[in-house]
Amino acid sequence: MKPFLVAIFLVSIVCAAPAHAMHISEGILPFNWALFWYLVMIPFLALGIRKLRSSAKEEISFKPLVGLITAVVFVISCMPIPVPTAGTCSHPCGTAISAILLGPWISVVVAAVALLIQALFLSHGGITTLGANVMSMGIMGSFAGYFVFRLLRGMRLNLGVSGFFAGVIADWVTYASTSAELAAGIRGTTPFFTLFWQILLSFVPTQLPLGILEGAITSGMIVLLYKKRPDLLVSMRVIKAEEVEA
Amino acid sequence: MKNRKLLALGLILLLINCCLPLVAAAEEKWTGVDESVVAKFAKEHGREKRVSYINTDQGDLLLFVFLLAGVLGGFTAGYSWCLLVNKKGTASTGS
Repeated sequence: MKPFLVAIFLVSIVCAAPAHAMHISEGILPFNWALFWYLVMIPFLALGIRKLRSSAKEEISFKPLVGLITAVVFVISCMPIPVPTAGTCSHPCGTAISAILLGPWISVVVAAVALLIQALFLSHGGITTLGANVMSMGIMGSFAGYFVFRLLRGMRLNLGVSGFFAGVIADWVTYASTSAELAAGIRGTTPFFTLFWQILLSFVPTQLPLGILEGAITSGMIVLLYKKRPDLLVSMRVIKAEEVEA
Repeated sequence: MKNRKLLALGLILLLINCCLPLVAAAEEKWTGVDESVVAKFAKEHGREKRVSYINTDQGDLLLFVFLLAGVLGGFTAGYSWCLLVNKKGTASTGS
């Protein structure tokens, strides 16, 4: 049975064609806006790198966890998923799981690395638009996912449900941010909010189901880690020690 | 019984996988939202996307780099997962 499922998985991968999704492509944003988003990104990135260094010294399992999460964010943020109801393709972001496990600051670094590799070698996003893409996916997605997760955990919802809503909101906030960046950058004489809502509504048919998929992925990963390494979730301060089943 | 359910699920996945590209080819669908939304709005407002600085979007080269990225990303994720799971119990639980 397992070889059969593996074969289906491999067929699915081989049949998949490269596509592009949420990332703002090279040259779309004017120079002043591209520069502005770079300037916004730099302090977040600097703080993230600092936290990454200090956390790596404290926890022995931190480096493999960062490796795992970076690979996951990189792969799923360039994986086009067809949405039959919309007839288009898009991708999840993975920043919710990254922010929950590593914290939002380090999640910004993870997203920046993934987006940089995609911009350099996969014609996915762009070097000039890297700041804007990090802002929407890395910063807004990470912080939104992290705060939703913390809020729901504070309301005593279980890990799976909290992870699900964190994933959904992180995805939707990412695309709302992309809409705002795009509207601000290209609007010309068009009122900002008119264009913003037009772009956002165009994303809805694709991102509504994909956000739910992202929630399911986030929830699944958190629950799987809880089953396999609850001690790791405790040391990463995702759950409290007394929550771990004896 | 469990195997039958798995088999049915696998067949459904395979069927969906086979059907989607056919539908896409027939109706020229399945463009990414960067084309159907981002590029469309940008073009309407006088901005067009530029060729990447390292342009891998040429023929099958893009397929190759995507496949390579998937393989490397999958290997890194799998290797890191093994390291994490095998280190069970060695992690510190204090701050």
